[in-house]
Amino acid sequence: MSILVNKDTKVICQGITGEQGTFHTRQMVAYGTKMAGGVTPGKGGTQVDGIPVFDTVDEAVRKTGADASVIYVPAAFAADAVMEAVDAGIGLVVCITEGIPVLDMVKVRRFMQGKPSRLVGPNCPGVITPGECKIGIMPGHIHRAGSVGVVSRSGTLTYEAVDQLTRLGLGQSTCVGIGGDPVNGTDFIDVLELFEKDPGTNAIVMIGEIGGTAEEEAAEFIRKNVRKPVVGYIAGATAPKGKRMGHAGAIISGGKGTAEEKFEAMHKAGIRITRSTAEIGRTMLEVLQKV
Amino acid sequence: MNIHEYQAKQILAKYGVAVPKGKIAFTPAEAEEAAREFIAEKGVCVVKAQIHAGGRGKAGGVKLAKSKEEAAKIAEELLGKVLVTHQTGPAGKEVKKVYVEEGCQIARELYLGLVVDRSTQKVVIMASTEGGVEIEEVAEKTPEKILKELVDPAVGLIPFQGRKLAFGLGIDRALAGKAVKFMAGLYNAFVASDCSMAEINPLVITKDGDIIALDAKMSFDDNALFRHKDIEGMRDLDEEDPKEVAASRFNLNYVSLDGNIGCMVNGAGLAMATMDMIKLSGGSPANFLDVGGGANKDQVTAAFKLITSDPNVKGVLVNIFGGIMRCDIIAEGIMAAAKDVGLKVPLVVRLQGTNVEQGRKLLAGSGLNIITAENMDEAAEKAVAAAKAS
Repeated sequence: MSILVNKDTKVICQGITGEQGTFHTRQMVAYGTKMAGGVTPGKGGTQVDGIPVFDTVDEAVRKTGADASVIYVPAAFAADAVMEAVDAGIGLVVCITEGIPVLDMVKVRRFMQGKPSRLVGPNCPGVITPGECKIGIMPGHIHRAGSVGVVSRSGTLTYEAVDQLTRLGLGQSTCVGIGGDPVNGTDFIDVLELFEKDPGTNAIVMIGEIGGTAEEEAAEFIRKNVRKPVVGYIAGATAPKGKRMGHAGAIISGGKGTAEEKFEAMHKAGIRITRSTAEIGRTMLEVLQKV
Repeated sequence: MNIHEYQAKQILAKYGVAVPKGKIAFTPAEAEEAAREFIAEKGVCVVKAQIHAGGRGKAGGVKLAKSKEEAAKIAEELLGKVLVTHQTGPAGKEVKKVYVEEGCQIARELYLGLVVDRSTQKVVIMASTEGGVEIEEVAEKTPEKILKELVDPAVGLIPFQGRKLAFGLGIDRALAGKAVKFMAGLYNAFVASDCSMAEINPLVITKDGDIIALDAKMSFDDNALFRHKDIEGMRDLDEEDPKEVAASRFNLNYVSLDGNIGCMVNGAGLAMATMDMIKLSGGSPANFLDVGGGANKDQVTAAFKLITSDPNVKGVLVNIFGGIMRCDIIAEGIMAAAKDVGLKVPLVVRLQGTNVEQGRKLLAGSGLNIITAENMDEAAEKAVAAAKAS
């Protein structure tokens, strides 16, 4: 079992004819993801490696029956692309694009109110259920099917954690990158709730970083609602205040959003924290051996 | 991106936000000329140092002048002076221009600020009666004194929200309309220019019954600058760290820190984690540097040169988890940079992921004196030890 995506998920790629879109579509196909089509306005009727390209998401959904979309559209047009996918009724919209203006995302989130679609991202590596379906840019080969759920705000840091888990023989149910932007679609709590309900997940790795209060809110949610063991890590303990650390959302502003506050909240909620990145895998192994 | 007070006031004025009249001056003579009109009209003017940091008043960067000669004298003192405020850090910032503004008779000082609230995913407008005080301090000590209204992006700031805030602040009924207009202008300026923060502190009610922005601070979403060339043109490189400016030319995310181990990492999260690992191993990072997911050889070379140009750097740690980024590209970039500028400090390299074998082979055959590591803890420990020894 898994969450969000599985071997039956049918995916379209918005921005399929762009450099990133084409490259990653090939990678996803190679991993075994069912790529049903692509969308590039004005290039409808063409193909990419035999995958049909459509002018609109609406048409792509009608003709392929896709239930998920992955977006590689440039930042200036990405909000438009997300809203098009939501309007077409796509169940899962994964937006990889980095650098979308925050106020564009504020509009997107308002647009999504009351609509059934789920957005993952933007500025994220995507979602993968090892051995079944990869939607995004993560290197597939480091993953292995298993029962640890991973949720993270970061990309490469997630690969690091996943690699450690895999080397220790701990496979993953699903790995979800929720992205490093201040305004995003799916948050920690959404994913934690899904992992808690998923019979295929028996432990969770949660990787946060400085900025905002999403980790604190998630810790409170875990304390109240999650019975499965959780290992937690926060990046940015040495980050200075008031400086944006790469991700648009990774900033300690007004003295709030420090790693220490987040570690503290996680610890209080009964999450097993580790302050060393290199120990994420081993900490999970310890936790699982105790269970 | 941040701008100066005088630039923020120029933008705000365009959206109908009331600001005092003012002129920018780069020399005492210009300050004197600017003061002439304001002194003639009001008998007093204010000379304000323009740097990208708050707390200027307390640091002696804002002064009253009662004659144009006095304005020139203040300008002479301020220009070239290094101001140290609680936001500049101990090194302070040199004043290169002053803003000369008409004086006003202050009846009340209030606070008004806008940010994007991450939890509710909406713009929030905050108001407080504690004008002139740091909002963080108010939030800490007396959070009940901060009034908030969330703005629905589909509708914008609704007049009743402005009225709620105005009456909540105890503004005279007769002035409520002016306050609402002020807030609407501020919200419109915020949205139309893709601000990440706009702060009027203090917002002043004058004895004449006017509502004006006595100070103004605006910062902008870097990701939206592509559609605001006019605002991008207000960027003042003098106010930024020269290494960060150089990094931005190569699309690298770089932040200067005060340690001695330079880091080059792919991905922001992993870059922060690498800094944390250095600290855990007893060392201190000299910088944050994310070369990004799809960096090319030139970017890696530029990044490497940037790190090693810092005289504090006694060792370099390269930590790459290749996903999209291929380890062989990183290796080529390091080799090109080392060839160009030489390798004067110990270099620890940890490569994992895509094309790791090709990358390691390239480095091993490069003839460079490179310390390799398999894992992050090993890499950090080796870098700390090497920096201590060098």
